[in-house]
Amino acid sequence: MRPGNAQASAAPATPQAPGLQVRGLACRRGGMRLFAPVDFDLAAGELLFVRGRNGRGKTTLLRAICGLTEPASGEIRFHGDSIRTMDDARRMALLYIGHRDALKEELTPLENLQMHLGLRAVGNIDEDHLLDALEAAGLGERVDTPVRYLSQGQRRRTALARLLVSQATLWVLDEPLTALDTDAVAWMAERINGHLEDGGMVICTSHQPIQGLHRARTLDLG
Amino acid sequence: MGRSLWTLLKRDITLLVLRRQDVMTIIAFFLIVTTLLPLSVGPEPETLRALAPGGVWIAAALASLISLDRLFADDWRDGTLEQLALGPAPLALVALTKITAHWLALGLPLVLLSPLMGYALGLQGMALLILPLSLALGTPVLSLLGATGAALTLGVRAGGALMALLILPLYVPVLILGSGAVSEAMHAAGAGPHLSLLGALLALALPLAPLAVAGALRIALD
Amino acid sequence: MNRRRIPWLYFTVPRNFYWLVQRLVPLIWAVAAVLAVAGLYVGFFVAPPDYQQGNSYRIMFIHVPTAWMGMFLYALMAVYAVIFLAWRIKMADVMARSLAPTGALMTALSLWTGALWGAPTWGTYWVWDARLTSTLLLLFLFLGYMALYAAIDDREKGARAAALLALIGVINVPVIYFSVEWWHTLHQGMSISPSGGASMAPSMLAALLLGTGACWAYCAAVTLRRAQTELLEREDSTGWTRTVSTDDAPPAPRGVAVPTGRRN
Repeated sequence: MRPGNAQASAAPATPQAPGLQVRGLACRRGGMRLFAPVDFDLAAGELLFVRGRNGRGKTTLLRAICGLTEPASGEIRFHGDSIRTMDDARRMALLYIGHRDALKEELTPLENLQMHLGLRAVGNIDEDHLLDALEAAGLGERVDTPVRYLSQGQRRRTALARLLVSQATLWVLDEPLTALDTDAVAWMAERINGHLEDGGMVICTSHQPIQGLHRARTLDLG
Repeated sequence: MGRSLWTLLKRDITLLVLRRQDVMTIIAFFLIVTTLLPLSVGPEPETLRALAPGGVWIAAALASLISLDRLFADDWRDGTLEQLALGPAPLALVALTKITAHWLALGLPLVLLSPLMGYALGLQGMALLILPLSLALGTPVLSLLGATGAALTLGVRAGGALMALLILPLYVPVLILGSGAVSEAMHAAGAGPHLSLLGALLALALPLAPLAVAGALRIALD
Repeated sequence: MNRRRIPWLYFTVPRNFYWLVQRLVPLIWAVAAVLAVAGLYVGFFVAPPDYQQGNSYRIMFIHVPTAWMGMFLYALMAVYAVIFLAWRIKMADVMARSLAPTGALMTALSLWTGALWGAPTWGTYWVWDARLTSTLLLLFLFLGYMALYAAIDDREKGARAAALLALIGVINVPVIYFSVEWWHTLHQGMSISPSGGASMAPSMLAALLLGTGACWAYCAAVTLRRAQTELLEREDSTGWTRTVSTDDAPPAPRGVAVPTGRRN
């Protein structure tokens, strides 16, 4: 087995084509190759945990999977379509939460969440549904406070609340646990498990281990 | 897609209204640069009148340049730009929407205020009418070109000064035609050809500049 | 691995390009020297004095070629930029980047010689003549390209951004040129222009063409050398650069298929 390949631990044989297929993916940064070509499949209900030291290209890998970064070589297919040319519906089946929270300081968590859905062209947003999501993310009494006054952890929770209102099947999460307290980490693990049980897919990086995840596979970038 | 762009337009205008001190700063900048003209060349009415079209146009071009500096910078820094790139609307239309919002909040006030400054500098009659008209046709071109520079210099050290070097040469045709139109009107000649050519520049920049901006944003996100 | 058998792509491989340039540059230098000597000789000793401007017009034999090269090199740079953006051929970026300083030099030289010509002819070193102004703007476009390239830390990103800027610039060059031309005819009377092509003596035309050839050859030689240097820097990690100083043999066909009939 080549280094950099996914160690398919207890991967069940799925009858249908895997949701995400990655073949020979390699990325460069500043003229240097970041990791050896990577191959993996991700099927419904599976989680891929990307590990690696700082600077090994975890973030770049995730951004390439979303289609933000152009890979040096290799191809990424999501339900059979190339990630860079797929149509809107496919694209909306992918939710990326990066290092940066993509929140506007001037707006409240509720407004930020509404804006996020609006930009993804989700129609008829039920405000109660959003309030429930923010409540569940632990922002109960803060939903009307401009993000500017929130702590780092609260901002991260606001960003992660998108997971609760999203219809996306593939979650791509870059260090979702940054600045979260233990309660929130446990909540996050629960959410990921719930998503996997519903047939979703998750790709995730994290420097701290997430306890209690099932069906986790690991991709080690070294 | 339409819903997404509409949300974006509303969001950008909302944010500019919430940060109205920034808008006010740009407008004050425009006014003070225009005020510098009589202070530097002397209060002689004939001289001032001859310099008025160029003076107002230079003030408008500089105001446009410094305000565009932040057009994409905030969205890029906080991660919203990634989300926009992953959204349902093509990046070129996202860019065009952002430029539109920016022009409505910052370009339009300059157009509306220009007769006042023109009058203060001694413009009379038709010239007072042609000045806002030429700005109404020309400042959108400035915004489109400036947005290209802003996108190219995203995340660059001393981006503002670099952007001025990249973009001011491209502003030249607009400045020539815009201030030329007002000068012609002052000398009781027809400003029609100038305004028509300004319109032609707008028609040229409107489809092309957003494509260039989208290309530059992809590079910045990569 | 790249195995396309297209002959003209052969020299887009850095190692092959390096080898070719190593052979070509001395020849181009020789051409440049011969043409420059011939052009200057014809320009200074054969061509007759202008009936209006006397001998001061002779700076045209340097001024006009440099001005042409300035514009030509910007267009060429944009062509390479488009090739780089469309097909991601790295050599195209190396060429575009190597052209920029020479293009800026040519443009600056044409401004300088233009000013020197203007002093005896117009009585001033600088007027806001349409050509002078648009040439000055062209110089700014070159400087902007180089500044943007240098300002972006990631070379790959810098290359793409600068290429996009060159493309935007080349679309704007005609617009700038015509607007400046129009602005000039509106604001001032037509300035004295140098004697037009019709009244030009054959020896003047010959000097002009020889000068242009010399400038072209100089630009080609300098640009190709700069491209070589750029390659040595970029390809440092690939290994072939360690051997180029002593290795005089044609490059081995590693990775890329050698087209059999590339000499046509």
